[in-house]
Parts: sequence; structure tokens; C-alpha cells
Amino acid sequence: MWHVPTAASVIRNFYRDSVALMQLSERLGKLPGIRQAAAIMASEANRALLREAGLATDQVEAGPNDLLIAIEADSEATLEAAMAEARGTFDRKPDNPTGASWREPPRSLEMGLEVMPAANLALISTPGEYAAAEATKALRLGLNVMVFSNNVALEDEVALKRSAGARGLMVMGPDCGTAILAGIPLGFANVVRRGDIGLVAASGSGLQHVSCLIDQLGHGVSQAIGTGGRDLHPQVGGLTMQQGLDALAGDPETRVIVLIAKAPAPEVAVRVLESAHGAGKPVVVNFLGANPKALETPKLHVAKTLEETAIVAVALSAGRKAADVGLPPSSLNLPRTDPGQRYVRGLYSGGTFCYEASLLLSEHLAPVYSNTPIGAAKPLADVWHSQAHTLIDLGDEVFTRGRPHPMIDYRLRNERIAIEARDPETAALLLDVVLGYGSHPDPAAEMAPAIAAAIAEAARDGRKLVVIGFVCGTEADPQNLKRQQARLREVGMIVTETNAQAVRVAARIVGSQRRVSAKAGRNDN
Amino acid sequence: MTIDLFRQELQVLNVGLASFADAISSAGGKVLAIEWAPPARGDREVARALARLVNHPRVEAANRQAFDAYLSSQPVIEGIAVAHDAIPGLERRMILHAGPPVAWDKMCGPMQGAILGAAMFEGWARDLGSAAKLAASGKIVFAPCHHYSAVGPMAGIISPSMPVWVVRDQKADHRTFSTLNEGLGKVLRFGANGPEVIARLKWMSSKLSKVLVAALEVSGEIELKPLIAVALNMGDEVHNRNAAATSLLLKRLVSPMVRSKASRADVAAVVDFIAGNDHFFLNLSMAACKAMLDAARGVAGSSMVTVMARNGVEFGIQTTGTGDRWFTTPAPVVDGLYFPGYSMADAAPDLGDSAITETAGLGGFAMAAAPAIVKFVGGTPDQAIANTAAMGHITIGRNGAFALPQMNFAGTPAGIDARKVVDTGILPTVNTGIAHRHAGVGQIGAGITRAPLDCFTKAVTALASMVPDE
Repeated sequence: MWHVPTAASVIRNFYRDSVALMQLSERLGKLPGIRQAAAIMASEANRALLREAGLATDQVEAGPNDLLIAIEADSEATLEAAMAEARGTFDRKPDNPTGASWREPPRSLEMGLEVMPAANLALISTPGEYAAAEATKALRLGLNVMVFSNNVALEDEVALKRSAGARGLMVMGPDCGTAILAGIPLGFANVVRRGDIGLVAASGSGLQHVSCLIDQLGHGVSQAIGTGGRDLHPQVGGLTMQQGLDALAGDPETRVIVLIAKAPAPEVAVRVLESAHGAGKPVVVNFLGANPKALETPKLHVAKTLEETAIVAVALSAGRKAADVGLPPSSLNLPRTDPGQRYVRGLYSGGTFCYEASLLLSEHLAPVYSNTPIGAAKPLADVWHSQAHTLIDLGDEVFTRGRPHPMIDYRLRNERIAIEARDPETAALLLDVVLGYGSHPDPAAEMAPAIAAAIAEAARDGRKLVVIGFVCGTEADPQNLKRQQARLREVGMIVTETNAQAVRVAARIVGSQRRVSAKAGRNDN
Repeated sequence: MTIDLFRQELQVLNVGLASFADAISSAGGKVLAIEWAPPARGDREVARALARLVNHPRVEAANRQAFDAYLSSQPVIEGIAVAHDAIPGLERRMILHAGPPVAWDKMCGPMQGAILGAAMFEGWARDLGSAAKLAASGKIVFAPCHHYSAVGPMAGIISPSMPVWVVRDQKADHRTFSTLNEGLGKVLRFGANGPEVIARLKWMSSKLSKVLVAALEVSGEIELKPLIAVALNMGDEVHNRNAAATSLLLKRLVSPMVRSKASRADVAAVVDFIAGNDHFFLNLSMAACKAMLDAARGVAGSSMVTVMARNGVEFGIQTTGTGDRWFTTPAPVVDGLYFPGYSMADAAPDLGDSAITETAGLGGFAMAAAPAIVKFVGGTPDQAIANTAAMGHITIGRNGAFALPQMNFAGTPAGIDARKVVDTGILPTVNTGIAHRHAGVGQIGAGITRAPLDCFTKAVTALASMVPDE
């Protein structure tokens, strides 16, 4: 006689209603390769039924409280599969029988993973005191992390980044305002065309500016990784920038790598740049406030400004040589101001823009004061009162305590615009406008009336107030770059393409003014 | 190690600002918004302790081990015995009570009343006055039932001469104990201690237990998990509703009683008593749950809850990984439905060991099975199912032995994970009766309450200090 694979399995003290068991028996019997199958509570009567059906299970010990599954199949493999299927029936999670609204909203990362098992990034923007704990959980659950929150202790940042490294995961942040991964904007980010330029930035506004300029120049971004502002601090040691650099080096979609940071610790900057040499791809570096010119090699291009960073990266992406890249000439007709108007006043919402402006303006004018001084700039005695040339980062803690960020809430900046406009020594006002997800839905609508009023007020006093600014954004952003620029031009703002251009224009206006007043009557324009 | 994020489709869990999730989805990205709130009501240290334990390999492995032990437990009724003979360590002048440890002068009214009744029943005192003196004198040792593998509903009083169910876990050969249920009305477990209460206790220890012992000699051991499983299919959750389980038990016992050596008159009285008390099975349900959870004890590193119990003053829990240590917080007053003439102002704080049923995945965790009582506890059948589903988010797994027809025969959510309670803020549901705060008035309502968060945050903090980083 042929051998017919048969098996019996017993689950002790396990009750199921006979209807449920008949259904299971039927379902098992219909599986391919199954000759007979029965699931019963193993009472004497039920076992007699099995015997009559020819499913011999007499050697199996089971009683009326035990569930007995007996299967006869064509092969051992189908037998095993059917038995697994049968036992699996009893371990199932509920599959929303009624379609009713009893699903609990996910309240923890772990619950989130039940709903979205393939999740691979946690975007954390809780109050800072809880952010480290949430990030720890995320790493333990195998998720990469972006921590938007600030006010996370430096030692927590170090611990998180080390733990991530050991797990093959990445921590962007804390205080990582923006990133673009696989074309998806995270946090405060712009809608940027996809392309082959990969960015790693320890500066949120720096990353936004460069990625938007790349988009405006007709190129695109593969990945834009934020590291958080302290990543190049000596204690953190550039762990995320290093990771991001390695990841972009290995990313087939990335041909050019851009590194951005403001005031990195010199020893960390050197270490990062050394490994950038080995990336095997051209790297453009913009480390504001550091001077790594000495490290420049044929593969490592050092850009002085965010503008230059974008232009060089785009040239490299297009296969041109970085050396051939020139900066766009400014063809503006500069307006004339009065001799008494001697100073530039900058009111920024992006910290990196204020930094960059301080560095650039200090090359032309002195003294430059700031609430976040860098290079030759000096600290302001009172951040609420400008002195000489003053550049203010309104995103600094002093101004954001208990108030939304100036990219969202324009009230504080508009008030300050009015104050600077009333100052007869103000010649030029410098402003930044940041678009993208997370920012104000219509910044121009907020700023235009304030700018118009400022210019009008100065005019009533017989002064010509020059307002210069740039818009960081793209045409695909929800606020639309062109529309915002047009609205601001309407009220008389000189709108440049970049932060650096705006600073150069301001420097020329005030510089020429000074020369005019020195050599009376000579047109230096 | 390399980052493989770029090689996968980006899928984001958003924790915090909801606008970030909106931005991702409007840009065509995949995102799920977590409804986040600061864990442990904003206690940063607990949040950190919890974070260290999330997906911790040692805790995960320990929980699997503890949960498997719970699943494989096979409680059966072994018999009925006198507490002093059956319960190891129960001394002559000792009284066991519900919940975590509590001193005589701190006990709630119903518990003190029940202890006075027990002293009378034992013959330690002639009247309530001398019983009270004795109780306050320190000559009686009070201890939690849970310290002796026992459980008791409401005041949970077990004195040495009382008859107790002996439930044996066949798998672990471990015994658990509970008293026999007295019924409703003026009963000891609600603190009543009048002559009729003592008389009933006397009858239970003489006639009732004798008849049941005789019947069990005929029937042999009775498996409890299959009986509970059938009861779940018949509308019980075996905590606040035991009508089906009691009937099933009686069905199993009637023939053995009739065949036993017990007199016909005694059998008739016992059948009447059980048939007249829909909660008769409750104490067996509790002892069975205690057996299943004792099986899970002693696993280092596990965050599985093995005890939830209340003494009318404090709510306390234990976890496998922290052993016999209690984590307590003041017991809440149950915001339930009250009988006519009573309100929350009359209620004693939450009381009884019966939350052992929820700890084992029954009671409030199996609420979906008991649509008949959802009205009584102020809900709809849909809410009952939602509640059971919610418990699935704070438990280690599902107990396939206890299938819920209303949820397409999925098992009950079981094995409360203290970490998940703190992480989600979803608190374990407990179905409960409400006792009057004065001794002897009895039950004045019933409702659903929630195990307080603080017990779980304390347990998580303690476990975190015992488990090394990994």
C-alpha cells in the first residue's frame, strides 16, 4: 500500500465552537493537495466520526477539552503547510470584522509601526525636553531620525548620534530645521526639483538657499541632509556630516556633493574635509567663518558664499569646470541716498543669512554689529537697538522666546522695520524672505505693507530709504517664488536672487554714498 | 555601517507638529501622524527610562518567555480545602486581604468590616467591639492574598478556617487559591458582618464545601480554560458577568453531586445556592487567572504585569521583572453607574483582587465578548469592541485560548506590557463592582475604571534601573 502522509496535532484545553471548527475543516480540505482534514474538539463521539472517515488518530492522546486537528495529504510538504495554516488560525490578530471605527489613533512610535511597518524615518518636533527620549525610542525601533526640536542637551546629541552610527542609522539634528529626502520636504523645506546634487548641511537656511538656487538654475537635488547646527562642534565631531558624506558618496544618484556649515570647529572641519577628499566625487564646501582654502584640491571646491556654492555645484553637475564659473554681474541702477544716511541695517529670519551677511559686509564696511557676531562683526550692546551697521538674526532665542519663529510670524520684524526706517542714519534695509513648507503661507502679503510704510515714512522726512532683499524659495513652493518677488518689487523693494547679492548691493549704496560725501559731486556709480 | 535609507521608499512617522505631516503628504510622501503627548504626564526622567527599554532585546526576550509561560498554563479545579490546610504559610492568626499591603488603621471601611466578620467567624471574638480591639492590637497578622498565591474579590478576606478553591496549574504543578463566592447583598466581601453573614459563612464551610468536595471526588479535576472559553462565547467576560460560566460549572457538577455521598437535601440546597448566584464562578475565574499569571513570574527583565490589585486605599501592580515589589498609588473612586440612592460620594475607593482577570486578558480586556453588560457599565457594544481593541496596543500578545466571536475569533489581548502603557498613555480597563465606603452596606454600583498610570511609571522606572543598556 502507498504511504499517505497523515498528521494529527493537539492543542490542549483549547475550545472552539463546532461551527468555527467545521468551517476550518472545510477550508483546510479545500487547500491544494489535501485529501481530508478535520478539526474537532476531541470528544469520544467526534473521534468516532474521524475513525469512520478513515482519519485514524487513535494513537493520539486527546480529551473532550482538547482541540484535535487531523490532516491527510498528498505530500509531507502540503501536509505541513496545511497544519501551519490551521494552527495559525488561532493566533491571528483581529482583522477589523465590522469595519467599525474602533481603531485607536497611533499614540506611540511602536503603535505607528503597527500601522506603517515599513516606516524608516521618525520626524520628531516635540518640545526639546522630550525629543531625546523619542529619538532614542526611534533608533531602538530601527528608524532613522530627524530631530527638528531644539533645546536638546549636547551630551544627548552625542549619545544619539553614536548609538545611530552603531545601528547603521542616521540622526539628523537636533535643531535640524530642514531636509529633503527622495524629493520629500521635511520640516521647513522647499519643493526642489530632483537631480544629482547631494547636500549635507549643518545650517538650515544655508541648505534651503543652496537647494533653491540649484532649482532656480535648472538643476536638482538628490538628497539634502540636515545635521543640526551643532554637528561640527568638537564634542559631536561631525558624526552626521561624516555619515551623510559617506551615504552620498555611495549614492548612485548623487554626482556632486555639497557640504555647508557655519563656524565649524576647525579640527572637525579639517577632519570632515579630509574624508571629503576620498568621496570619489566632486565636493563643494561652504564653511562660513572658517577658511579652509588651504585644503582646496581638484576634487574639493571651496565656495565663499551660499550663492557661489550653488553656482559651482551646478557647473560641476553640468560637467563644467568650477574654475570657469563667474558670479552674475549686478546691473542694477543704484539709487542715491542722502549724506546723513550712513548705515546698513539687516533684519534676518534665517540665522545663516545673517552670518553670511556679517562676513560679507565686514569686507566693505565697518564697524558691523550683530546679535550673533562672526568674523570682524562686534556684539550689539542692546539687541533691541541698532548701532552703526547692524545685522540682526531675529530667529535667535532672545527674540523667539514665547513667540513663533520669524519665518512664521512677521510681526516682530515688521515692527523693527518701522523702527529702522525712522532712524535718519539708515540708508539701506536688508531683508530675507523664506518660502517653503512650514513657513508663513504668504510672506509678501505680511511684509509689503510694512515695507511700503517704511519707504513712505522716510520719504515724508525727505529721505530715500533703500530696501533690499531676496526670496529663498522655488516656483513649486506653495507660496510661489515669482509671485512673492513680484509683490515685493511692487512696493519698491530691490529683489536680488541671492543673499550675497543683496549684501553687495547694500555695500555699494552705502560705500558710494560715503565716497560721494567724501568727494563731493563725483558720480561713482 | 552604511545608511540604506536612500535605497528604500521614504515612509515617515511624524511625532509632534502636525503641519509637518501635512507637508509630507501634500508633497506626495508617505507619512503617519502619531498623536503624541508627553509620556508619563510630562515626567522627563520616566520618559528617558522608558526610552531605554523600548525594543530592548533583553526585555523583548524576557516578555516572550513570560508570555509563553502564561499561555501554556493549564489551571484546573483540584478541589476545595480549608485555607489553613491548603495555603502554605497561612498561619492560625493570620488574615489575608485584597490588594497591596495595608495596615489595620489605614484600611477602608469595607475591609475593616470584613475583618471583624472574619474574626467572629473564626470565633476569635464574641462581638464586633472585641473583634475591633483584637484587630487593632496587632495580634492578627494581615497580609495580601497575593503574597500567598491567593486572590479575593472586593475586601478579599481569607481567614484560616474558610474553605477555599484549590486551583492547580497542571503545567507548572503550582496551586492558587480563592474563597467561595457568597452571592450578592449583605456579604463579607463588601464589609457586612451581621449574624446572617456569619451564618452563611458557617453554612458554606460546612455544607457547601462538603457537597462540592464530594462532587469533585466523583468528577475529578475540571479544566478551567475551556470552560472560560465557552463562557466567552456565551456573553461572559468572567469578571463582571459570570452567568454563563456559573451555569456551565453547575452543569458539570450536578451529576457528580447527585452521584456523590452527599444527602439529597444538601445537594438541593447547594444547587439552589449556586443557581441563585450568577457570580459564583468569579472566584474560580480569579484563581485560574492567578495561576496563569503566576506561571509568568520570575522572568528577569520582563515588563509583563503579573498583578493588578486594590485594597480600597491603594492600587498596586507587580511585574515579572520586578518580582514581589509593589508599585502603588492612591486607588481611584470609580466613576460608574450607581444603584438608586447612591453616588460617588458614598463609594469606597477601588477595591479587590478581581483585576487579576484583566491582568490575564479577561474582564475589561475581553469586554467585546460581553455585550449584555456594556449598557450596565455605560457603553455600547461597539465601544466594548473598541475597548478590547485598544487593550491590544498595551499587551504583549493574544491568547488564542480565549477567542472573541465579536472580533472574528481573535484571541483576547493579554500580557500587559508596562512599557506600552506608559508609552501610549492607554490605561488598562478594569471592570469592577463598587463597594459602599462604610462597612456592611454592600455593593452600590458597578463601572469601568482605569488602572492608574503612576503604578506603571514606577514599575518602568524600577525595571530600567535593573536592565543594563544594550
